[in-house]
Amino acid sequence: MSLLKPGHRGCAGCGDAFAGKFVLDALGEDVVIVSPTGCLEVFTTPYPESAWGVPWIHSLFENAAAVASGVEAAMNALGKKNNTKIVIIGGDGATFDIGLQAISGAFERGHDITYICVDNEAYMNTGIQRSGATPLYASTTTSPHGKVSIGNPQHKKNMPAIIAAHGSPYVATASIGYAPDMIKKVKKAAQVKGPTYVHVHAPCCTGWKFDSSKTIEVGRLAVETAMWPLYEMENGEVTNVRKIKNRKPVEEYLKVQGRFKHLFTMDGKNEGIKKVQAIADWNAKHFGLE
Amino acid sequence: MKLIIKTVTKPGSTRANKTGAWRSFMPVFDHKLCSKCGICGIYCPEGVVYKLENGYFEPDYEYCKGCGVCANECPKKAIVMVLEGK
Amino acid sequence: MRKNMVVVEGSYAVAHAVKVCRPNVISAYPITPQTHIVEDLAQFAADGEMNCEYMNVESEFSAISALIGASAAGARTYSSTTSQGLALMHEALFNASGMRLPIVMTVVNRALSAPINIWNDQQDSISQRDTGWIQLYAEDVQESADMTPQIYKLAEDEDVLLPAMSCMDGFILSHVYEPVILLEQSLTDEFLPAYDPEFTLDPKNPMSFGAFADPSTYTEFRYKQEKAMGVALEKIEKIANEFKDIYGRYYGGLIDGYVLDDAEIVIMAMGSIIGTVKDTIDELRIEGESVGLLKVRSFRPFPTEAIRKALKNAKVVITLDKNISIGKNEGALCTEVKACLHNTDNRVPVIGFMLGHGGRDIPINMIKKIINKAKLVEKGIFIESEFADLREDLA
Repeated sequence: MSLLKPGHRGCAGCGDAFAGKFVLDALGEDVVIVSPTGCLEVFTTPYPESAWGVPWIHSLFENAAAVASGVEAAMNALGKKNNTKIVIIGGDGATFDIGLQAISGAFERGHDITYICVDNEAYMNTGIQRSGATPLYASTTTSPHGKVSIGNPQHKKNMPAIIAAHGSPYVATASIGYAPDMIKKVKKAAQVKGPTYVHVHAPCCTGWKFDSSKTIEVGRLAVETAMWPLYEMENGEVTNVRKIKNRKPVEEYLKVQGRFKHLFTMDGKNEGIKKVQAIADWNAKHFGLE
Repeated sequence: MKLIIKTVTKPGSTRANKTGAWRSFMPVFDHKLCSKCGICGIYCPEGVVYKLENGYFEPDYEYCKGCGVCANECPKKAIVMVLEGK
Repeated sequence: MRKNMVVVEGSYAVAHAVKVCRPNVISAYPITPQTHIVEDLAQFAADGEMNCEYMNVESEFSAISALIGASAAGARTYSSTTSQGLALMHEALFNASGMRLPIVMTVVNRALSAPINIWNDQQDSISQRDTGWIQLYAEDVQESADMTPQIYKLAEDEDVLLPAMSCMDGFILSHVYEPVILLEQSLTDEFLPAYDPEFTLDPKNPMSFGAFADPSTYTEFRYKQEKAMGVALEKIEKIANEFKDIYGRYYGGLIDGYVLDDAEIVIMAMGSIIGTVKDTIDELRIEGESVGLLKVRSFRPFPTEAIRKALKNAKVVITLDKNISIGKNEGALCTEVKACLHNTDNRVPVIGFMLGHGGRDIPINMIKKIINKAKLVEKGIFIESEFADLREDLA
């Protein structure tokens, strides 16, 4: 049985639930998990229930990395750290935006922690609002497409690069669509000493508007179109990429999601899709995916 | 039920919540087509598709939410989503 | 007694007191005028005099957040802050109290921006009075130091388990050099046991901290915090006496009186202003004035019963507040004293004076002026609440 127990209130087909399950399966029982506020935290811990089969703490939205820093310091001070891994599992809102300062501080101080960002590309728990992780042109409730809007006008913030710039010894991207790869990377991140980071793509059927059965399939399409490159960085250098055989055009990925539907129906639609394709092309070139 | 202070809660206590009541469609597993690859066990977001002693897989219908990912991912198309009669 | 005294800065005396309390995790962020405390602690750590993890964090929000994690993991924790830093922690203060984590913080009281001002008033800690933290106010440097082990013992009591602020006036107490007795390690080890909580973050006994509570369960969490404050109300006096038994010093429990028993005019105040008030009373008593002091040491929990009892014979009560609730034109001590007397038979007039904002000096003559204004109530002139030290040329 998984260490993330059933009976939690995640949506049917929830990407965050996949991510939480894979992380715990990778790490085992000797962990302390720190979560910021978000879907994963809310749907696993309605008092008096908890789905977490390991020690777990939730404080506030913006401070998970600082709380984890304190947990690590305490366990060291009390002589209780041993091999216990301290792992933060947080959403993109908490990671890219409101919690960024605490992450920066924790990584700069060099705590032995692992930060796993479960990225469903918007503030999902509050009802699908745009975050710094929302990709170009995605429609959310605060960046909706409309008569004069093509959806989110900003590019996705490059979190792995920011973390690598802090001198993290290990940074990786992963996807729930590639579970064995993700589990391997989480294990490695936990085992490397110092502050490490795994950025997990976690498609959200409710927020991205696709059928719940397609969660894993959408995750794979993101990778196969180079919209979500899979790579590892060690001490700031890209050391490992997952190459793509027969890269698919981004339309294959965009057309199955309601949040991008407007790109196919609006005037001048090709311009929008071309810009998204340019992102994929840049990824393929920059990371050497082909 | 006495409140534990610190908003501390016991692990795994969500098992009291039987989410099987959520679903409209239920996955039906055809073992004749199954190749025992285990993909359905990995790709269940609830973690409730279990390996049986004979190597085949079955979901725990008390918790299965009927999301359909197992059916979508099965390489042998051995799982079918069936509308559940009430 | 004198030969045990050393002349040190107030901040040093407090830092030293923290050291002998054996904290496990300290988080530090600079902000005037508390910085000397964390600097002194850093030096202790650098010289191997403390067996603790010392973290330089990147903001006060992270300072308190790190302690939330550390306390949940079973550590005795400490930080020190003031003014803007305390205000920045506001959200996390509620969180720490709701999670019942006995974090101890020294708040070196300073005025709040805007306008920016680094000098002493008590607006910072007073504006956090609803957060569920214990608040004790120290009169002088010795009390500030002595309060430290007492407040740990109180916060960590298994029937209390609330975070606690030990308040000392910025610059006036933090930067002054006074002869003090530094707390002895052996006495502190006798007085303060190790922190040993029932639940921690422990893979051998996993628990989930920080669940979300819907309307069907939330109220009882608040109720239990309030009940814990009720326990603290009893324990504060008890712990002050235990401290006296071991160290030989006492400053009052929830409150303390100075020439109070026969006083017709009673001045109520918190913090370092008490020293000035005591000197004023000494001078006025020689002139035959019937004036006394009721020191409020514990602001949270608020000592309602103790204050009602202490004011039984007063003919007029003066409250001194180094804070203001803008829109109420009153300081918090004034409002809460009036409230605690309202449902009793005691109809003594309570006159509220706000003063010392932004570190404005409070000389003895100011206190005398205040007493004379309050006495006007005998002539039927009643002042509800006003600024005592307003500059007419700027107002």
